[in-house]
Amino acid sequence: MGGSASLLPREALGEYQELTFLSKQEILLAYKRFSELLPKEERENACSVRVPKSQILKLPELRANPFQHRICHVFSTSDNGDDSMSFEDFLDMLSVFSDSAILEVKSHYAFRIFDFDDDGILDRKDLEKLVNCLTGQGEDSQLSNAEMEQLIQNILEESDIDKDGTINLSEFQLVVSRSPDFASSFKIVL
Amino acid sequence: YYSNVTLNDPCASSPNENMCPLARPPLPYNMPLAYVFSVGVSFLVTCVLLVYSMSRSFRESYRVGRSARDLAVKVFSAWDFKVIQRHSVKLQHENIHTQLKELLVEHRSRSRSLSVCQYLRRSAALLLAWAFSLSTVLGCVLAVHRFSEYMHGCVGKWQQEAILLVLPFLVSSFNVLMPHLYNWLTMWEKHDSPVAEVYVAICRNLILKMVVLGLLCYQWLSRRVVCSTEECWETCVGQELYRFVVMDFIFTLLDTLFGELVWRLILEKRLKRNQKPEFDIARNVLELIYGQTLTCTWGSAPCLQTSLMQNCQSPSKPWQASHMSTIFITLLCFPSFLGAAVFLSYTIWSVRPSETCGPFQGLETIYKSGKTWLQVLEKSNPNITWFAWVHQHLVENTFLLFLMSGLLLAMIYLNIQVVRGQQRIIYLLKEQIANEGEDKIFLIQKLHSIYKQR
Repeated sequence: MGGSASLLPREALGEYQELTFLSKQEILLAYKRFSELLPKEERENACSVRVPKSQILKLPELRANPFQHRICHVFSTSDNGDDSMSFEDFLDMLSVFSDSAILEVKSHYAFRIFDFDDDGILDRKDLEKLVNCLTGQGEDSQLSNAEMEQLIQNILEESDIDKDGTINLSEFQLVVSRSPDFASSFKIVL
Repeated sequence: YYSNVTLNDPCASSPNENMCPLARPPLPYNMPLAYVFSVGVSFLVTCVLLVYSMSRSFRESYRVGRSARDLAVKVFSAWDFKVIQRHSVKLQHENIHTQLKELLVEHRSRSRSLSVCQYLRRSAALLLAWAFSLSTVLGCVLAVHRFSEYMHGCVGKWQQEAILLVLPFLVSSFNVLMPHLYNWLTMWEKHDSPVAEVYVAICRNLILKMVVLGLLCYQWLSRRVVCSTEECWETCVGQELYRFVVMDFIFTLLDTLFGELVWRLILEKRLKRNQKPEFDIARNVLELIYGQTLTCTWGSAPCLQTSLMQNCQSPSKPWQASHMSTIFITLLCFPSFLGAAVFLSYTIWSVRPSETCGPFQGLETIYKSGKTWLQVLEKSNPNITWFAWVHQHLVENTFLLFLMSGLLLAMIYLNIQVVRGQQRIIYLLKEQIANEGEDKIFLIQKLHSIYKQR
């Protein structure tokens, strides 16, 4: 860690500390792990290079996660839609998933991750894809159609306050605030 | 060689029989009492540990208040992003799947009521399955009883040792084959919830094992069929128990190695499906408990506690831990621990020890050894008569025992009521929050309608 610390400029380190929820050690560790994803020639200017999605998904923290594609998509600021991440995107992601991030930030990003069609609301199709991600992709592990219908119906009954058949961000945040372990489960630590 | 006499006689090892300068010790070492106390103390310790762990798991399982309005919360906060190993991720998938199924079943049973025809069909299927399983239990018991009588009748003709192994072999093979039969039965029954399937399977296996064990204990204690020809019935019964324990161990090993392997291969190749986790849980835990009951009866009670605690916290269980482990510990430990305790108490209090062998020879019952020791104690040292007084008035006095057990029951009842009261409070508060939410919905809709009118 001492070697890579010299590559990350101190002003940048201070800036990142102010802009994210991460501590100094966490930022340095993130820098080290990010530069390991790059080929050797590009490690010098890791701050300005974009890492392709396939490389990001090789991280052990994301490798087996069923929401890996959504996470890359939500945090990527790439213009050409290839979901590649720069170092700042990577820090952004780690900041939201860190221990010290507040509940509003976590629930905001959780909403965006669960919104599979990116239309700003969770409708029935989003909820169905969410449940399928949770139960696993195998044939046996998915719920039957009747159970899925019943489950989505119950979720909408409980969380859809304005009865428009979809869940918007405020309704989602209200539901999540009732859960005591959302904050601790929505966490990734390097 | 080591009997009570030889241990206490200081001249036993000297070759010269006439000269014995050492005097007999005033308070000799009482071997029968040592036997009784060591077994009793270990049982007491096991009992205390069991009750403590039971109370702890009860507390944990009652703390979680399950309500119907938590489905959305559960779905949105279900996934733990900290889990990164592939195997753990798979387990989490299964866990969430089972939990969602359970919650849905709860909702369904609460919201709809079955039509009369469906209700009748369901009850008929249930009755049939239970009648079948109980009749198989009866059949196994009759088979064991008949076979032990037949064995007793023809013990002189064949090789002694080989024929004595056949009864344990029979009992162990029943214990291995019947659970598989019951699993097929539960698959045929098609219960709604996975938890109900596991509970039903556990009940059936438990009934089978307890009834067969009960029959065997009765045979050992009455000695009408087994060990009736021998003088030293303790040795004979001990040997029988030992045979059962070893045979059960071998069968469990073979069943685990080959049974599960072959089963998994068959299922994967023919049906292309993974084996359901429910089969393993009920059967494996019961196998463990059964093996431990036998060992416990044999007298090494501390093993029961430690290995049970280790095995009941197995990390491969894809279930809600608290509720299931409570049920396991209470329903399964208590029949088996109580059964072993009852068996041993009956042996100590009522059964007459054999005349010519064992440490209790000559006594009327094993319990009398304690009484005779007290009399010796009084005679040898008049200063400790208070001990004898304590024993007579506190331990032998039945009124005190009734009082203490009454106090204990009262404490348990109070604790249960307190927990129930807290649960009720939680339920009422949740209802209040839900009603306030509905009020807000009503107000928002009113506002919308007024806004639209403008």
